[in-house]
Amino acid sequence: MATLTPASFDVESLRKDFPLLARTVHGRPLVYLDSASSSLQPRQVLVAMEHYYETCHANVHRGVYTTAEEATALYEGARVSVGRFIGAPDPEREIVFVKNATEALNLVARSFGTANLRRGDKVLLTELEHHANLVPWLMLSEQLGIELRYLAVDPDGRLDLSDLDRKLDGVKVVAISAMSNVLGTIPPLREITDAAHAAGALVVADGAQVVPHVPVDVQALGVDFLAFSAHKMHGPTGIGALWARAELLDSMPPFLGGGGMILDVRLDRFVPADPPHRFEAGTPPIAEAVGFAAAVDYLGNLGMARVRAHEEQLTEYAISAIADRLGSDCRVFGPPAGPDRGGVLSLGFRDIHPHDLAQVLDQHGVCVRPGHHCAKPLMRVLGVTATARASIGTYNDEQDIDTLIEGLTEAGRLFS
Amino acid sequence: MTDLEDLYREIILDHYRSPRNRGELESPPALRVEGFNPLCGDEIVLTLLVDDDRVADIKFAGSGCSISQSSASLMSSAVKGKTLAEVRGLIRTFKSMMSIHEASLDPAGSGGGEESTPDGSHDDHDGSAGGSAGGSAEPEDGLADVRRLGELAALQGVVKFPVRIKCATLGWNALAQALDEIEA
Repeated sequence: MATLTPASFDVESLRKDFPLLARTVHGRPLVYLDSASSSLQPRQVLVAMEHYYETCHANVHRGVYTTAEEATALYEGARVSVGRFIGAPDPEREIVFVKNATEALNLVARSFGTANLRRGDKVLLTELEHHANLVPWLMLSEQLGIELRYLAVDPDGRLDLSDLDRKLDGVKVVAISAMSNVLGTIPPLREITDAAHAAGALVVADGAQVVPHVPVDVQALGVDFLAFSAHKMHGPTGIGALWARAELLDSMPPFLGGGGMILDVRLDRFVPADPPHRFEAGTPPIAEAVGFAAAVDYLGNLGMARVRAHEEQLTEYAISAIADRLGSDCRVFGPPAGPDRGGVLSLGFRDIHPHDLAQVLDQHGVCVRPGHHCAKPLMRVLGVTATARASIGTYNDEQDIDTLIEGLTEAGRLFS
Repeated sequence: MTDLEDLYREIILDHYRSPRNRGELESPPALRVEGFNPLCGDEIVLTLLVDDDRVADIKFAGSGCSISQSSASLMSSAVKGKTLAEVRGLIRTFKSMMSIHEASLDPAGSGGGEESTPDGSHDDHDGSAGGSAGGSAEPEDGLADVRRLGELAALQGVVKFPVRIKCATLGWNALAQALDEIEA
């Protein structure tokens, strides 16, 4: 790691790539600390999408004219870029473009779940799941009568794995967040995956938070499914990806029906296309796929190991600066800084409501998200209704954290 | 006065720090209704004792931000002792204040364009004002009404922060629901 020190990561020059960071709000420079919600886009991504629309927009997989061929090549090329970014061994067959990580997880629950799970079958989740990796399974539970089990969260915000083997007994699917969007917790996924496979279960990983911030290799992790969203990794909204092992996708029935996902249609039956197109009904988000590819190129050029080193160092700075300057007034939920923690800082400041904190912070130009972060069961475990969440991205620096702390101090004065 | 001072006026902070009528009345005989803000998870429990067509007593409980708590506290003080018809009128006036367009309160437009929010965020908080937002005659009537609100008028700074309107109306929507149940 010696060559990957944060010093070699030039944040000040990188910030110039993001037009929105030049904006002021309430006369203050924008301090964007909401990347866990959605990240900002570098000019490279915006230019790629504009260039696509200006030079070769056409529907994909349909026309034989030149621009249609070019659009198809860009769309299928994006599939390969996105797949390679997460170490997919066979990206042409294994990456399904979807709307976002939420749709990817719904696809797995609906298609794989409905085809493979029966009444009484067991699915193992965790208490720290985002609603996106919880509600689809709850829906399936209502529909099929499957049983849901949960790994508990310990007081540090880590998963309690002490009874993992017992909880895995009889489980067919483990669906788990690879990084908590509330606590930043990065569970030991390889360990869990090995135990799950030994117990005969497949592993669905919600990668929405981890893929943008940590080097991910699906083969090293050993997971069977990985869901993620482009807009959290400097790409556009409206597109995400599901990666799954090719033989799993081959075995799964279609999710949505329509054009583009069939081999043949008659009035009384249809034959679905092969994956990944089987799962991409209708005209896909083509420009967004081009933007997604530009985003993974951007991150690839930065180097994910360097991105992670920078963000880990900044997370450590933030946690210790908050403790030094705000003391016991400010609580940071989740594990201490370290390799098993991402840059998601859920804050509680005295008894001031997160909405009020976020409102005062906005006056300082600081963007944080107040609320339950689509993880209401976890909020109940933490004993709060909401937190104010500051989350770190590639473009954040120590000055952003200092401004956050100034804003919190100001909120403390106002509500004292 | 900055926008933030306009939002967090002294009366609001006072009601937040020292809420009036906090707690729960025994139910029954009191009527009990709950309100939720799914955006932030805030909730309110309103208990209301009606005697001879008047609000004899009212209490609120639950958790929430300074705006939702102070609004509920101000509301409870304002409606106690009032007839149900007067309470209806107050709800109408308050909710119309919450839907007055920003421009009519701030003709100088001191915030400039950069803080403007999509109009859509006004749409779903209020069923009673019937599209008054942005209308030309309505805000004038609204402002005249606002003067009759007394201390409650302190909450008018909230309309500059459309996301917070749901916080301010949380208790009021619960109160309106209670009246609907009484008069059903």
